[in-house]
Amino acid sequence: MRNRIIGLLAGTALIAASVAGYAEDKKKLVVGFSQIGAESGWRTANTASVKDEAKKRGIDLKFADAQQKQENQIKAIRSFIAQKVDVIAFSPVVETGWEPVLKEAKKAGIPVVLSDRAVEVSDESLYKCFIGSDFVEEGRRAGKWLVEKTGGKAQIAELVGTPGAAPAIDRKKGFEEVIAKYPDMKIIKSQSGDFTRAKGKEVMEAFLKSPEGKNINVLYAHNDDMALGAIQAMEEAGKKPGTDIIIVSIDGVKGAFEAMVAGKLNCTVECNPLIGPQLFDLIEKVAAGKEIPKRVVSEEGVFDQSQAQKELPNRKY
Amino acid sequence: MEEKQKIFRDNIFKRLFWPLMALGLLLLFNLIFTKGFFHIEMRDGHFYGTLLDILNHGSKVMILAVGMTLVIATKGVDLSVGAVMAVAGAIAALLIVQVESGWIFVQGCTLGGLVPFLNAHHMSWFLPALAAIMISLVAGLWNALLVAGFRIQPIVATLVLMVAGRGIAQLITDGQIITFTNRGLTFIGNGHFLFLPFSVWIALGVFAIVAIAVRKTALGLFIESVGNNETASFYAGIEAKTIKGFTYVVCGLCAGVAGLIAASNIKCADSNNAGLYLELDAILAVVIGGTSLNGGRFFLAGSIVGAILIQTLTTTMYARDVSPHVAAVPKALVIIIVCLLQSETFRRKAMGILKTFKNK
Repeated sequence: MRNRIIGLLAGTALIAASVAGYAEDKKKLVVGFSQIGAESGWRTANTASVKDEAKKRGIDLKFADAQQKQENQIKAIRSFIAQKVDVIAFSPVVETGWEPVLKEAKKAGIPVVLSDRAVEVSDESLYKCFIGSDFVEEGRRAGKWLVEKTGGKAQIAELVGTPGAAPAIDRKKGFEEVIAKYPDMKIIKSQSGDFTRAKGKEVMEAFLKSPEGKNINVLYAHNDDMALGAIQAMEEAGKKPGTDIIIVSIDGVKGAFEAMVAGKLNCTVECNPLIGPQLFDLIEKVAAGKEIPKRVVSEEGVFDQSQAQKELPNRKY
Repeated sequence: MEEKQKIFRDNIFKRLFWPLMALGLLLLFNLIFTKGFFHIEMRDGHFYGTLLDILNHGSKVMILAVGMTLVIATKGVDLSVGAVMAVAGAIAALLIVQVESGWIFVQGCTLGGLVPFLNAHHMSWFLPALAAIMISLVAGLWNALLVAGFRIQPIVATLVLMVAGRGIAQLITDGQIITFTNRGLTFIGNGHFLFLPFSVWIALGVFAIVAIAVRKTALGLFIESVGNNETASFYAGIEAKTIKGFTYVVCGLCAGVAGLIAASNIKCADSNNAGLYLELDAILAVVIGGTSLNGGRFFLAGSIVGAILIQTLTTTMYARDVSPHVAAVPKALVIIIVCLLQSETFRRKAMGILKTFKNK
């Protein structure tokens, strides 16, 4: 008899708890997020931003790390569909091959938001929105800043990213678009530094030793790491980085701000991984059935030495 | 005895002929067509110029190639050296930051005290550098255990550390790039000694130590014997297992030294990129140098020439403004030609074709 009562009580409690839980779940937005992996410091900061923002807003985030594999991402998205999440967000590893799984999501009536990277699909209605950096615009911003700084006169050495990578292609394109209007701005040296410090340094050493080396008065690096490597090469060659050679790079990592405070780097164009707040703004709107633009560019700034000191403590990556 | 030594010397010369020839031709090409390639000047008491850059940046692959030569001579291969470089660099960077922030300062002082002629302050780099070498020794022992102890295929066994090593390095640095400014530690990859970059002296030192160890003792003979036929060597009384394992330990140590140079050169530990794909460069240097992947005879000097050839090619691409999109093509062509010239069968066939042309 006593056992039965306990059982009954426990049962009631269980039902009550689940009803309460259900009520709470109904209010809570459930979002499935599939991340590429943890391949760089930038990506780690991106992941942290998404997770923190979800926690802050009380959103139930189902996070899946794809470890740089598309099949893992497709699996994760299928499981999100099976779990009937409210919105699916993901950073696609590659651009192609998403049509079948996105169609499944559409059939299930779950809206999809792309974060940081785009996909190539024939039917644009397969996703609601793409939020991320515009690499071409970043190149343009670097170019514009340089035009202002040098008055349209520069002998430029360029450190290109990994050949074929989207940011390398686009950052070159945007930059060249701007300086094309100024006949006295010329790229006299351009080589790949593979987005790394070691290669950035090695290539800059070669630039400085070439016959045209002494004419270089501007360095444009497709990311901060290559610029930081190149700075060391300049110092070893007896040049003053930031003074003898004006340096502009892209990303806005902490190290770049430290170099700016030390006067060795002149400008960095931000490529912001901390898009969590903007991403969840969009997701909440999508879940509420509101209209949103198809393409949202993440909020990014351009920082020079005068702002570096103030901004440095805010840098999280 | 005299006769034997002569044959040995002739053999070395024959093996070295083709890679040296390729290197010579490449340098000749640059002498004629690349302005300023051979320009060398004195600056701050040391030589300064493109050729010095080649030696400086080539030193990492030279050191890796020395270790890799021994491993390949036993019919093995070590794919983990790039990742071990990253781990060694990460450990050194992490520790130097701790030492400088005072966390391990006391211990650093004690160690400094053991060497009376060195001031404790100048010894702060010692502990991090030692730790980097020790961790690479552990990595080498691990590979030795898997390959020699458990008889796992070398490609598979070292693949474990190749994949996991980079993860370990990431874990050590917490996914960040750790920068350091310590003068002792940055000297390894940036400093100069007797007119040359210090890293070049390290490479020469590693080469000399290994060369003497394998050629002035029976060790080299044992390694070649194990590479030719492990079972026969075992029955001839050679500790095949120990010899095999030993080569992986040496290779790991070489990777640690190279990792230290790599991190020191850019004054930071970049776990994502340090030593990335360098295992392939090292294997290539060994093959160019005339050592067969089938094991057996090995040529340490050839591997050094191979490493210099690879770096000369890379630097030539920079110096000649070859677009990065096509730079891989001329590099591949030169390497294919060198490998073909190394093949006796190819040379014989090519000569045969040339002769038939002449006769016509």
